[in-house]
Amino acid sequence: MSKKTGEVILDLQSISLRFGGVKALTDISFDVREHEIRAIIGPNGAGKSSMLNVINGVYHPQEGVIIFHGQERKRMEPHQAATQGIARTFQNIALFKGMSVLDNIMTGRITRMKASFIEHALWLGRAKREELEHRKKVEEVIDFLEIQHIRKTPVGRLPYGLQKRVELGRALAAEPSMLLLDEPMAGMNVEEKQDMCRFILDVNDQFGTTIVLIEHDMGVVMDISDRVVVLDYGKKIGDGLPDDVKNNEDVISAYLGVSH
Amino acid sequence: MSFGTPTGTPEGLQTFPRLLFYHAQVRGNAPAIREKDLGIWQIWTWSGVAERVRALASGLAALGFKRGDNLAIIGDNRPHLYMMMSAAQCLGGVPVPLYQDAVADEMLFVLQDAAVRFAMVENQEQVDKLLDVKDQVPLLEHIVYDDPRGMRHYNQPFLHDIRALMEMGRIHNRNHPDFLDAEVAQGRASDVSVMLYTSGTTGMPKGVCQTHAAFIASAQGGRQIDQLEAAGDILSYLPMAWVGDHLFSFAQALVVGFTINCPESSDTVMTDLREIGPTYYFAPPRVFESLLTSVMIRMEDASAIKRKMFHYFLGVAKRCGSAILDGKPVRSSDRLLYGLGTFLVYGPLRNVLGLSRIRVAYTAGAAIGPELFSFYRSIGINLKQLYGQTETCAYVCLQPDGQVKPSSVGAPAPGVEIKIASNSEVLVKGPMLLKEYYKRPDATAESMNADGYFLTGDAGFIDADGHLNIIDRAKDVGRLANGAMFAPNYIENKLKFFQYIKEAVCFGHERDQVCAFINIDVGAVGNWAERQGIAYSGYTDLASKPQVHALVKSCIDEVNATLANDAMMADSQVHRFLILHKELDPDDDELTRTRKVRRKFVAKKYQVLIDALYSGQSTQFIETEVKFEDGRRGKVSADLRIIDAKTVSAAQQAV
Repeated sequence: MSKKTGEVILDLQSISLRFGGVKALTDISFDVREHEIRAIIGPNGAGKSSMLNVINGVYHPQEGVIIFHGQERKRMEPHQAATQGIARTFQNIALFKGMSVLDNIMTGRITRMKASFIEHALWLGRAKREELEHRKKVEEVIDFLEIQHIRKTPVGRLPYGLQKRVELGRALAAEPSMLLLDEPMAGMNVEEKQDMCRFILDVNDQFGTTIVLIEHDMGVVMDISDRVVVLDYGKKIGDGLPDDVKNNEDVISAYLGVSH
Repeated sequence: MSFGTPTGTPEGLQTFPRLLFYHAQVRGNAPAIREKDLGIWQIWTWSGVAERVRALASGLAALGFKRGDNLAIIGDNRPHLYMMMSAAQCLGGVPVPLYQDAVADEMLFVLQDAAVRFAMVENQEQVDKLLDVKDQVPLLEHIVYDDPRGMRHYNQPFLHDIRALMEMGRIHNRNHPDFLDAEVAQGRASDVSVMLYTSGTTGMPKGVCQTHAAFIASAQGGRQIDQLEAAGDILSYLPMAWVGDHLFSFAQALVVGFTINCPESSDTVMTDLREIGPTYYFAPPRVFESLLTSVMIRMEDASAIKRKMFHYFLGVAKRCGSAILDGKPVRSSDRLLYGLGTFLVYGPLRNVLGLSRIRVAYTAGAAIGPELFSFYRSIGINLKQLYGQTETCAYVCLQPDGQVKPSSVGAPAPGVEIKIASNSEVLVKGPMLLKEYYKRPDATAESMNADGYFLTGDAGFIDADGHLNIIDRAKDVGRLANGAMFAPNYIENKLKFFQYIKEAVCFGHERDQVCAFINIDVGAVGNWAERQGIAYSGYTDLASKPQVHALVKSCIDEVNATLANDAMMADSQVHRFLILHKELDPDDDELTRTRKVRRKFVAKKYQVLIDALYSGQSTQFIETEVKFEDGRRGKVSADLRIIDAKTVSAAQQAV
């Protein structure tokens, strides 16, 4: 691949996260470079989703430093992360089931809407202009993900694989610089997985979006990610290129178990 | 250049590029092409299209495209692909559309055979296919693509973005302002305008070379019959490589000047159909069938009142709808009810189907069930049939308004002569005939007889109204022992119009009567059996139920009654039949991959059953080996009952 990864844009240093007495993450450090696809893998309960939640401000680690775009990050809320260009999808789909695909993706534009509530309600000049602009952006996302045929379908009526794609669409509509994907391929069949892989690679390639993803399918991870970090019981046990990680003893034992 | 009246195309516009530039002058701001993109219908006007075609043609010329070169066109129905056809024609080149869903290896034959130097493709997918086989197509020099998505890392010098090509063309145009007009002026009506490959069910595909004159004559004839106007819309969604799309979306659009509408993607065709509401529409019978099925399924879920109303008015439509459409006299009470029905049911229904504005709809390509055909006509949609081949620009017969019968394919179109040969084969002659098969003088010679008639390979007859009726492929037609014509497909099609009968194979050549094997449709019959409370375990069990035998017999009796009405076919009534113990299957070589019965193979395999049918036995034991999908083999055996159907003699009919 001829793509170039850039500077470190997210640097996590010695992150520890506890819920009462439970240690979810212990002293974890890794970084994410611009334009790369960074995978986080690990067995169930390893702390992968917690890690994503730390990155987009849902959880606040008790210890450690987060440096995003060269600035140390203070305690922040998820919506602040969103305005800074971080978008995400969820392990269990979190869409508005009764709303159409179009409207769901439109909600991804919310942080970029400037007109006030009153202006929107009255459909005044700025609100109208804005909405046309946002709709155009949403249509580009729909075109990109090839979901034109379900544009007006309520999300609840769609099969699982397509709902996942819509969720990715909503994240893309925010035009993020960093995209966090929590198990984007869970529960998909082989063909759906291939489609999703292609979309992730296309997003990364065409928009230069930095992607951090959690995934269980090792084939997928090894194929599409530039670097992989491995967690187990809240600790980092591996970090590096896919091939290095694949041959790492600790990783193999965490995944396959060790013979005693 | 002088122009005629706006409604008629002036004389002298003998090639498609000249037609295009004519429309750009007389209706420059009218929409020529619409395409739904980013959720919005984008419009290209005639003058806009003309400008782009000019740019594309000049760009092609700058790349070295020459008179007589072939240009492959591969992709869904996209405006730029249609424009590229015109661009090639401007330079005296020949567009060669390929089926876009073919895999690379299937495309290879056509690319080699047509000696393609230039290709216009839709997107990365098609580029990849061409790159796969490029080594084996040494003549292929340039590939132009429409959609730049995913193409960023392709840096081969022979790949061109269509926008870059247009820019190149615009510069070329400025430097040589007279070049393109001179090229267009050189075009002759007798030049080949397009090459369409036959599907190649028998042997290798052949390139059918059609001239500007042939397609323009065909388009003119269609306009004359249906009074097509420039203010019309057609949805262009069928493959560009298919002759029908080339006639409707390219030739007729350029001759008449109506608007073609390109759907957003192949998955959105039904939505786009509703949004555009075309005035002119073409679909193969299976599309009409699935449309109707989807409506019927939704009606099952409607409230009882709506359902009652729906079925009541469908009854009214069945009684008088077709007659009203044909302008025949109808009782005024029926006319009133029909008007009410239009308000309550037919109008909304047409709207849901996207067919509210239809002035003419056509179907062709396969036999359409008379019930299905009449249904659409009865709710006020002017659905008609046509008949033609790739070699005849899909233009031989059309059903004129007011003379539409489900059984016939219509009267010879303007300028077409039809003759029936002694073996019942349909022979045609006219301006729409192919010039030749590309590089195949042998095949060209074989396809014509000494008087210049094209041999269609179809068997048919001309009925009392002068309409052509197609009965079968000529090679399948035989004779009964008494000399009467025996057309197995004709009878089988009639049987298959019943939802309960999935497949039928008729025998009768050199026999004294017709007998049939039947495959029941396990879905439809199973559903019926469930409602009757008949328990069954699978196909073989269901096929052996006496109730099912009675059900199939009633279908065959009905077919016999209609055959008896037909002087030519009265002897072809099905006397005896049996329901096969297994479904005919391509895995067992009984059907082709396109699900056509391999008649000879089936006859040989089940010889013992045929003997039983003709020997008067009432049962016959059979054991057959079958291949399962996972490759295992097994045996199916059964005692098959042989049943006598009710036949109607000509004498009885007279009473």
